[in-house]
Amino acid sequence: MTELTSFTIAQARDRLLRKEFSALELTEAHLASMERNKDFNAFITTTPELARERAKASDERIAAGKAGALEGIPLGIKDLFCTEGVMTTAASHILDAFTPRYESTVSQKLRDAGSVMLGKMNLDEFAMGSSNITSYYGPVKNPWKAKGGSNADLVPGGSSGGSSAAVSGHLVMGATGTDTGGSIRQPAAFTGIVGVKPTYGRCSRWGVVAFASSLDQAGPMTRTVRDAAIMLKVMCGHDAKDSTSSQMAVPDFEAVLGQGVKGLRIGIPKEYRPDGLNAEVDALWNKGIGWLQDAGATIVDISLPHTKYALPTYYIVAPAEASSNLARYDGVRFGLRQDGKSLDDMYAKTRAAGFGAEVKRRILIGTYVLSAGYYDAYYLKAQKVRALIAKDFTDAFKKCDAILTPTAPTAAFAIGEKMDDPVAMYLNDVFTVPASLAGIPGASVPAGLTAEGLPLGLQVLTKSWDEETMFRVCQTLEESAQFPTLGAL
Amino acid sequence: MSLDKATVRRIATLARIEVPDADLGTVAEQLSGIMGWIEQLKEVNTDNVAPMSGGTDLKLPWRKDEVTDGDKVDQVLANAPDGHDGFFTVPKVVE
Repeated sequence: MTELTSFTIAQARDRLLRKEFSALELTEAHLASMERNKDFNAFITTTPELARERAKASDERIAAGKAGALEGIPLGIKDLFCTEGVMTTAASHILDAFTPRYESTVSQKLRDAGSVMLGKMNLDEFAMGSSNITSYYGPVKNPWKAKGGSNADLVPGGSSGGSSAAVSGHLVMGATGTDTGGSIRQPAAFTGIVGVKPTYGRCSRWGVVAFASSLDQAGPMTRTVRDAAIMLKVMCGHDAKDSTSSQMAVPDFEAVLGQGVKGLRIGIPKEYRPDGLNAEVDALWNKGIGWLQDAGATIVDISLPHTKYALPTYYIVAPAEASSNLARYDGVRFGLRQDGKSLDDMYAKTRAAGFGAEVKRRILIGTYVLSAGYYDAYYLKAQKVRALIAKDFTDAFKKCDAILTPTAPTAAFAIGEKMDDPVAMYLNDVFTVPASLAGIPGASVPAGLTAEGLPLGLQVLTKSWDEETMFRVCQTLEESAQFPTLGAL
Repeated sequence: MSLDKATVRRIATLARIEVPDADLGTVAEQLSGIMGWIEQLKEVNTDNVAPMSGGTDLKLPWRKDEVTDGDKVDQVLANAPDGHDGFFTVPKVVE
């Protein structure tokens, strides 16, 4: 039944309704793929029995003519979303055996739409990383390998690395990711799939383990642009339980597909072409510009002058918020506890044992920039620079409807590389972080291969609440690129 | 910006993370590297710029201050490493 794993969500949706195969058959085919491809380490927890149960229920709803928008579609849920009765770890030792009694709003919406969860996807610990290396549950292997040369296992990107590897390798049809500084878009680019971070406020954050609350957004990771549009529509919508959740109506993103880019103005920011930009990335970017031009878009040169300050700004804002959010892991209410002589000693020992090195580093940085005497110099300063970065985009969108950039500065690298210098790892997100700080939507579309045969992505940004234009540009890129997606494994 | 061992010890205490004395030097070096790289923000003129404190310019909604949930002691305690008789427990804090 391997061929059942080769369908896109849109294809499977239509065939399920025509009863060409059952939801249970579709789920079984993906469970078999999950089993065959265990060595990717894409899942932290698998839930095959729950999946079969839900697939059977989907078949009953299909038979009754009550199919939801994602009825019977096998999905992976990043292990940052709380799932009722299913262990949720954030890939951290400190959440050992934590089993939520509630479901996050986004995963509930996906459940309500009839999708079938196959398990919880691996990620960087607390979503802090760009390689999935920081997971307590071990690294994830990218299904792609470089041609010729070494046979080294490559990272799937991060933090949504289990999600990206599983979607790319056809273990699931789609997966949820979360994106704080690029954690959906960069892994999508590394594994040759589509990843969408919607406008901040589109998806409820309720029940998602918090990293940096003013930046965290959930989004879909799929093999096609259409599938991302289908999945995103289900995930979005107002939620009274998240005070930053938008009350704006959710458009039918799928309905805009096919409208093309004729007449759209596409901005090309000169600051995203620094000296020393990888030549293959640069060449692909130029190709993308050509495709959009050929499809009838107008290319406009724009400037986002504060781009180079986005990463250092992010590395104040995100750790500051993380140090506050992660204060809750204290050994009292859930997860790991290490005994200590006093209450403070118990806290300090629990947190020393429970958090990994990168998480500790970020908590310490965050604590430092928020501490007495440094708050104004670092945190307040970063919030002001953040405002300037957001203003750059506001100004740019007076001249263009969408912005095209590379998603990441390189293709996937080998597991174990870039481990010695935290700042070198942070540079992976140089093209994705600015949009996160501004809160605007961004997507990565697989657009080409390096000479070694590894995927590269192009990033499309639009102004807040204009995902529809973003999807139109993404689809034109997808059609032009004819990206050689991995077959079912 | 260089962080010395004493500063790392102070922020580790604030963050309630035990850092063994033997590791203070390495951590100080790593954090100094990151903070040094962050220093470049000083170049940016932010006079008269209002700080951006959240991810959205939407107005936060108001709701009535009323109880909407509760009576779930068992569920709340279900994941506690050491819950007893409807309570979380901690090491003794009063002599």
